[in-house]
Amino acid sequence: MEVKSEMKFKWWHGALILALLLAILSPLASSSPDGLEKVAEDKGFISTALEPFFEIVPDYVIPGVPNEAVATILAGIMGTLILFGIGYGLAKLLRARGEA
Amino acid sequence: MHIPDGFISMPVAAVGIALAAGSVAYAVKATNKKMGEKQIPLMGVLAAFIFAAQMLNFPVAGGTSGHLIGAALAAILLGPWSGVLVMTCVLIVQSLVFQDGGLLALGANIFNMGIVPCFVGYYLYRGIASLFPKRKLGVMVGSGLAAWFTVVMASVACAVELAISGTVPLRVALPAMAGVHALIGIGEGLITAAVLALVLATRADLLELQKA
Repeated sequence: MEVKSEMKFKWWHGALILALLLAILSPLASSSPDGLEKVAEDKGFISTALEPFFEIVPDYVIPGVPNEAVATILAGIMGTLILFGIGYGLAKLLRARGEA
Repeated sequence: MHIPDGFISMPVAAVGIALAAGSVAYAVKATNKKMGEKQIPLMGVLAAFIFAAQMLNFPVAGGTSGHLIGAALAAILLGPWSGVLVMTCVLIVQSLVFQDGGLLALGANIFNMGIVPCFVGYYLYRGIASLFPKRKLGVMVGSGLAAWFTVVMASVACAVELAISGTVPLRVALPAMAGVHALIGIGEGLITAAVLALVLATRADLLELQKA
């Protein structure tokens, strides 16, 4: 049982905390259209965009949460943790494959 | 710069999906022999950081915003093929879960924001950084300039796809896309250089991983 070494603070714990802090700041993001959207508006092709086939967490806002800032922060934390899990898991899988 | 469905034609979307699938398949082959113990958490935190940072749109001139792509950062730290894998993970989750970027346009988005900037960013960074005798200065200047250029190149790729799709003529799309993204890219350059300065100050060894 090497609980102690596993509990030690590692560099990537700090990096993950930094990513989660960014997710918490997400309600402060500019709501102006991004570069492509702005060009699409100015050049008149924004209306060619299709609606998504389905919606889970559209626009990074968890549906059903009354406060939009809270809904955005929750979406940000959720996505950040999902991507940490996928990135970590994928790398672990690739390493296992490489050693096999 | 996430392309929604509808902006690009089916053939362009299909070519994008084929290019993305081929690249990811090759990336899996190319990276599984080089994957070290340190890369495992690094890939995790890079995917997490890039996702979170992409949510933080910053304003640029003229009622427009932009956000980090992060491909240059991922490629500089992990190498271009692992960088493509990280960006692909981010773009798939953004499209499937958050409806940011179309499902059919996913391949084109992986091409524009993964494949193109990972390779352009990695090799341009290596080239510029090698010109500086002082390592830290080379990393800062190289990563900043390379990251800026990746955003412009991604916007050029996007403009070409829009033009081939018949959505907007290239002579209209190209200057408009490259122009606004030359501004957005300044943010990419500053953030990428700042993150690498933090890495150099705390865990400089992480910058050597992809050379091994």
